Amino acid sequence: MSTVATSQIKLTPEHARPRASVRSRLQDALPKIVLAPSFAITIVFVYGFILWTIYLSFTNSKTFPSYVLTGSRAYQRLWGWTFDTDPPSSWYTSITNMGIFGFLYIAICLALGLFLAILLDQKIRGEGVLRPIYLYPMALSFIVTGVAWKWFLDPGLGLEQTLHQWGWTSFHFDWIKNKDFVIYTVVIAGVWQASGFIMAMFLAGLRGIDGEIMKAAQIDGATTFQLYRRIVIPLLRPIFLSAFIVLAHLAIKSYDLVVALTSGGPGGSAWLPSNFMYEYTFKRNEMAVGSASAVIMLMTIVAIIVPYLYSELREKPR
Amino acid sequence: MLRKLLIGTALASGLAFAAHAEDVKEVQMLHWWTSGGEAAALNVLKGDLAKEGYAWKDVPVAGGGGDAAMTALKAMVAAGNYPTASQMLGYTVLDYAAAGVMGDLTETAKKEGWDKSVPAALQKFSVYEGKWVAAPVNVHSVNWLWINKAVMDKIGGTEPKTFDDFVALLDKAKAAGVIPLALGGQNWQEATMFDSVVLSTGGPEFYKKAFNDLDDASLKSDTMKKSFDNLAKLVTYVDPNFSGRDWNLATAMVIKGDALVQVMGDWAKGEFHAANKTPGTDFLCYRFPGTDGSVIYNSDMFGMFNVPDDRKAAQVALATATLSKSFQSAFNVVKGSVPARTDVPDTDFDACGKKGIADLKAANEGGTLFGSLAQGYGAPPAVANAYKDVVSKFVHGQIKTSDEAVTELVKAIDDAK
Repeated sequence: MSTVATSQIKLTPEHARPRASVRSRLQDALPKIVLAPSFAITIVFVYGFILWTIYLSFTNSKTFPSYVLTGSRAYQRLWGWTFDTDPPSSWYTSITNMGIFGFLYIAICLALGLFLAILLDQKIRGEGVLRPIYLYPMALSFIVTGVAWKWFLDPGLGLEQTLHQWGWTSFHFDWIKNKDFVIYTVVIAGVWQASGFIMAMFLAGLRGIDGEIMKAAQIDGATTFQLYRRIVIPLLRPIFLSAFIVLAHLAIKSYDLVVALTSGGPGGSAWLPSNFMYEYTFKRNEMAVGSASAVIMLMTIVAIIVPYLYSELREKPR
Repeated sequence: MLRKLLIGTALASGLAFAAHAEDVKEVQMLHWWTSGGEAAALNVLKGDLAKEGYAWKDVPVAGGGGDAAMTALKAMVAAGNYPTASQMLGYTVLDYAAAGVMGDLTETAKKEGWDKSVPAALQKFSVYEGKWVAAPVNVHSVNWLWINKAVMDKIGGTEPKTFDDFVALLDKAKAAGVIPLALGGQNWQEATMFDSVVLSTGGPEFYKKAFNDLDDASLKSDTMKKSFDNLAKLVTYVDPNFSGRDWNLATAMVIKGDALVQVMGDWAKGEFHAANKTPGTDFLCYRFPGTDGSVIYNSDMFGMFNVPDDRKAAQVALATATLSKSFQSAFNVVKGSVPARTDVPDTDFDACGKKGIADLKAANEGGTLFGSLAQGYGAPPAVANAYKDVVSKFVHGQIKTSDEAVTELVKAIDDAK
């Protein structure tokens, strides 16, 4: 747009004067100049460090980075741990937890977010009050969410204790202390935090749907269920894409939630790959193994996100 | 990872800026003693240095275990901006010394007679290739029992001398309706307790072979299996809600009388003091049954970096003040640990402290002073953490039998070596 504008300006004779040409050239370059610092920072601190991490994963770096390439021993160790299921190795626990957490977190957030949005979209009274109530958990950091839920779910402090005091003494809910269920408490806390935000996204999508289409469908005799199933939800497809991407990256970086909520869980049973990476890189001084696990995380994300983005974005021009 | 690096780099550049602006009459110190009692203990040192005209500049990074501080330190050193000194633990000192960034305090050490007064086991970490690179601040010992005296009197218990005595005592508490054993189900607490169990089950020779020399035969021996069985026995005495509990909350259970005993390092004493409890009348400190005469230690050190010449005088002053008898006494009375040199008078210490000092001296002379594997003084961090994994997985049931535990322990340690 701006290039078109400037090229038109150049055609007019009065802008042939040198002063103006300097100015217009400056105007031409201005966006690039403004963007250059952030571009350089991104290149170095994101892509540069990705390459650095990949390089380190092929060295024998321990406490400090070492730059002597020593082959793929770090990957071989991770590969070996992947099949150490009984007793589960920390890496096996981390990746299975990632599968459970990632799937449930994204699926429940999408389902719950959509459901809440549809309910709020029924032109109910008090929507202006209800919407922020659902949305506000997103304003909290993972640490606050984690600590609050840690107290709430602790059998000796929170829900169980309270219900016991109210007389329901057979109530039992100790998932947060149970090695097999602790990862589901991370899902609960994560869903609580993010589903309101997803709801807001869907709500915006719902508001964007043309009322005429709905009316036409109703005149044709569609039931409410059919209306949503056949018309509204398919129209929300772009929102699903955005919500999926937001949730996927939140799921991958949920390190702090696990730490605050479970401090790693009983016997390390709540670890996610990000916890594994931090533990090995910074606490165990096995930087090469930590880097290798970071590379595998990156590859996994790329393997999931890229095909999805490709298929979604390619269909657009149709 | 990338975000951590980014934060680290930002932090390092921030610190770099601060470092250039500093004066030479200044001691720059990275540490994580930010909580009440610890900060108060450190103020003693600040005061001592102020008398000699050295200003104190904190680079505090909060967080009990010091993980955050170590990450920050890594970034500082990578950027070439060394603090005067940093609080460090065990193998970290040797790692940095091997990387060639530590200073040399040998002259000061000679003048002050550290060689003779600091226990040889500690010198393994403060001396690298014949050069003094760190000043030990204190010696903590982990094989202690902390007992609520009122509960002990109520159930009519006496000091347990053997592991079986201890189990009998725990049974008594259980029968009286008290939680027998206060434990925080975090891997380092479980492993710290297991250090004592191994020393008690196998004796000093066995502990040294298995947990300091990492001898394969000892690690997979029947004695180690028996130790895991004993640990399993102890875990049956904890309350169902123990998983993930912080150590000081477990101590609070003993202080309040909800629980009878906690197996914990002597930093637990600080919690009793903070609650205005006196040893002998409110609480009791015994060695873990069957470990009397031996001390499993860990120690805080001030690692001294290879600073430019104009900052070396301040560093020497800091090191001298750190190992001066008056500071060692004053600091350790507050911190709950015992002095890192064996020639400090014990007049200011309470009963537990006096016993700790005497035990350390005896253990040093008798060769029964061993590094705690759980606290990172038995083996490098990779091994120590692999060990903590196995112990914790055993306590929480991912590893089901002591046979399996021993196999896993050998495998994990070999893998990490």
